Amino acid sequence: MDALLLEYLPVLIFVGLALVIGIALMLAAFVLAENRPDPEKLSAYECGFEAFDDARKKFDVRFYLVAILFIIFDLEVAFLFPWAVALGDIGLYGFWSMMIFLGILTIGFVYEWKKGALEWE
Amino acid sequence: MAELWWDYGWPLTIMVGQSLLVIVGVLVALAFLLLADRKIWAAVQLRRGPNVVGPFGLWQSFADFFKFALKEVIIPDGANKGVFLLAPLLTFVLAFMGWAVIPFAEGWVVADINVGILYVFAVSSLGVYGVVMGGWASNSKYPFLGGLRSAAQMVSYEVSIGFVIITVLLCVGSLNLSDIVRAQENIWFFIPLFPMFVIFFISALAETNRPPFDLPEAESELVAGYQTEYSSTPFLLFMIGEYANIVLMCAMIVILFLGGWLPPFDIAPFNWIPGIFWFVGKMLLIFFMFAMVKAFVPRYRYDQLMRLGWKVFLPFSLVWVVVTAGALVAFDWVPA
Amino acid sequence: MIVQALAFYLFAAVTVAAAFMVIVARNPVHSVLFLILTFFNAAGLFVLIGAEFLAMILVVVYVGAVAVLFLFVVMMLDIDFVELRQGFLQYVPIGAVIGLILVAELILVIGANSAGDASAAGSALSSSFPPVSEVSNTDALGRLIYTEYAYLFEAAGMVLLVAMIGAIVLTLRQRPGVRKQNISAQVSRRREDGVELRDVKPGQGI
Repeated sequence: MDALLLEYLPVLIFVGLALVIGIALMLAAFVLAENRPDPEKLSAYECGFEAFDDARKKFDVRFYLVAILFIIFDLEVAFLFPWAVALGDIGLYGFWSMMIFLGILTIGFVYEWKKGALEWE
Repeated sequence: MAELWWDYGWPLTIMVGQSLLVIVGVLVALAFLLLADRKIWAAVQLRRGPNVVGPFGLWQSFADFFKFALKEVIIPDGANKGVFLLAPLLTFVLAFMGWAVIPFAEGWVVADINVGILYVFAVSSLGVYGVVMGGWASNSKYPFLGGLRSAAQMVSYEVSIGFVIITVLLCVGSLNLSDIVRAQENIWFFIPLFPMFVIFFISALAETNRPPFDLPEAESELVAGYQTEYSSTPFLLFMIGEYANIVLMCAMIVILFLGGWLPPFDIAPFNWIPGIFWFVGKMLLIFFMFAMVKAFVPRYRYDQLMRLGWKVFLPFSLVWVVVTAGALVAFDWVPA
Repeated sequence: MIVQALAFYLFAAVTVAAAFMVIVARNPVHSVLFLILTFFNAAGLFVLIGAEFLAMILVVVYVGAVAVLFLFVVMMLDIDFVELRQGFLQYVPIGAVIGLILVAELILVIGANSAGDASAAGSALSSSFPPVSEVSNTDALGRLIYTEYAYLFEAAGMVLLVAMIGAIVLTLRQRPGVRKQNISAQVSRRREDGVELRDVKPGQGI
C-alpha cells in the first residue's frame, strides 16, 4: 500500500509546483504592468457598440442533451476499463457479459440516432 | 536529524527536482513549438513567419512572453472576478498536471502510477472547465456562446478518445503508461490499430480546439470565443495551457501508438540512440502533422463537427473495440 | 505514515468544508464549483485507501461529466436566487427528518461492518479480495464485476439505457421548419436531375 501511495506523492508535488508557477505568471502582470481602468476598456466586447442585451442566453436544451449523452457513454467507457485489463482472467463468460452490455447500449444509441437527438441544428 | 533528511528530505528534493525539470522543459519546448507552429503555417503559405526577433526568429516566444507580462490586465466590469481569474489558472495547471505520468524513457517518469492512462483521460476530461468558466465569467455574449460550444465539442470527442484507449488497453492488459510502451516491443500499435490511430489523431485535434475544429475560437466566427475578454497574463496562461494540452496529446499518441521511447528496430545502430531522443523525435513528428493540418484543412462547421463526433467516430470506434476484443479472445492473444 | 495521516485529515477537512459551502454559497455557480472541490477531495480519500481506479473514475465521471452537466444548466438558467431562498424555513423539518434517516443508515452500515469483522462471514468477505500488491485495483475489480456480479452489471446497463431514453423523451423538441442536410441524398444526385442543357439563340433569353 505504501508503495502505491508513494507513487502519488510526486503527482501532488507536481500539481503544487504547476499551481505556484501559474500564480506567479498571473501576478507578474499585476505587478509589472500599469493599471488605468477606463469605462471603454472595461465594457464587454460588442464589435464597437454598447451591448444592449444581458449576456445570458435563453436556455438551449441541445447542450443539456449532449452533456447527458456524454455521461452515459463516459460510464460505458468506465465499465470497459476494468474489462479490458482483466480480459485474460475472465474468459469467455466475461467477454460475452460485456458484449450483452454493449448490445444494450447500442440499442439506446440506435434509438437516439433514429429520434434525431444526435442532430445539431 | 540525519535520518530525517535521508528518509524524507532527500527523496522529496528529488521529486521536486524532477517535477521542476519536466515543467521547465515543457515550458521551454512549448516556446519553440509555438514558433514552429507559426513557421510551418507560414511555410505552407509561402511566407517566412516570424524572423525578426533573434536568429530565424528563435526568441519570438520569449519576446511575446515579456509583452504579455507588461500589458495591463483588464477585467471587464460585470465579470465574476474570482472565476474570471481562476479559469486560465485551471487550464494551465491541468495541462501541466498530465505531464506528471508521461514516461520519457525507460524509468524516466515522475510518477509511475498504476492507472496512468486513466489519469491522463481524467485530466483531459477536466479541460472543459477552463473553457466553460472562462466563457461564463466574462459576462459577454461571444465568450459565453463560444465557451459552451467549445465545451460541447470537447465533450463529444472525449467519448471516441475513450473507446480508442480501450482498444489499446485490450492489447496491453495494464493501465500503466510504461507497460503500454513496453507492450509495443514486438510491433507498434499503429500498425494493427491503424484506424484507431487516425481516429485518435482527429479526436485529439477536436479535443484541443485545434484547426480544423476551432470554430468556437476562430476570429471570423466568434471573435476569440471564450478568450475574447482576456488580456495580458491570463490570456498567456490560456495560450500556454492550450499548447501544453496539444503537446500532451502528441505525447499520448506517441505512447499509445508509436512505441514511446522504443526504436523502430531493436538492432545495432538504432539501439545506440537513447530512448528520450526517439520519444522527442516522434513527438515532433506528430506535432508537425498537427501544424500541417492547421495550415491546409478548411474549418469544419459546428454541426458537421458534432455529426462527425457522434455519428461517425463513436460507432466506428465502438465496433473496433468489439472486433479487437473478439479477435484477441478468438485467437487467444489476450495478454496475461 | 505521518504523511498519510496528514493527507487524510487535509482531504477530509476540505471535503466537509466544501460540502458545507455548496449549500451556503449565494451564487449557484459557486455552489457547483465547491461541489467539484468536494469530489476532488473524495477522490484523494479513495487514493489513500488504495482504490485508485475508483478515484480516477470518480474524477472522470463525476467531475468530468456530471458536474459539467450541472454547470451547463446552472449557467444557462436565469435563477432568481433571492426568490429561491424564501421558502427555506418551511422545508427545515423535512430536511431534518431526511438527515436523521441518513445518519441512521450510516450508523447501521458502519455498525454491521465492524460487527462483521469479528464473525466468520466478515472475515471471509475481506479475504476474497487479493492484496493490493499482487493485483492492481483495476484488475481486481475486473475479475469480479463481469463474472460474479454479471447480473448487477447488466442491470446497470439497463439503467443507462433507461437514462438515455428518458433524457430524449423529456427534452427533445423538434423545431418546425429547420432545414437539415441530407448527405446521402446530396451525394446520390444524378447529373440528369440537376443539369439541363438548352440551345439558346444569340440575343434571346431562356
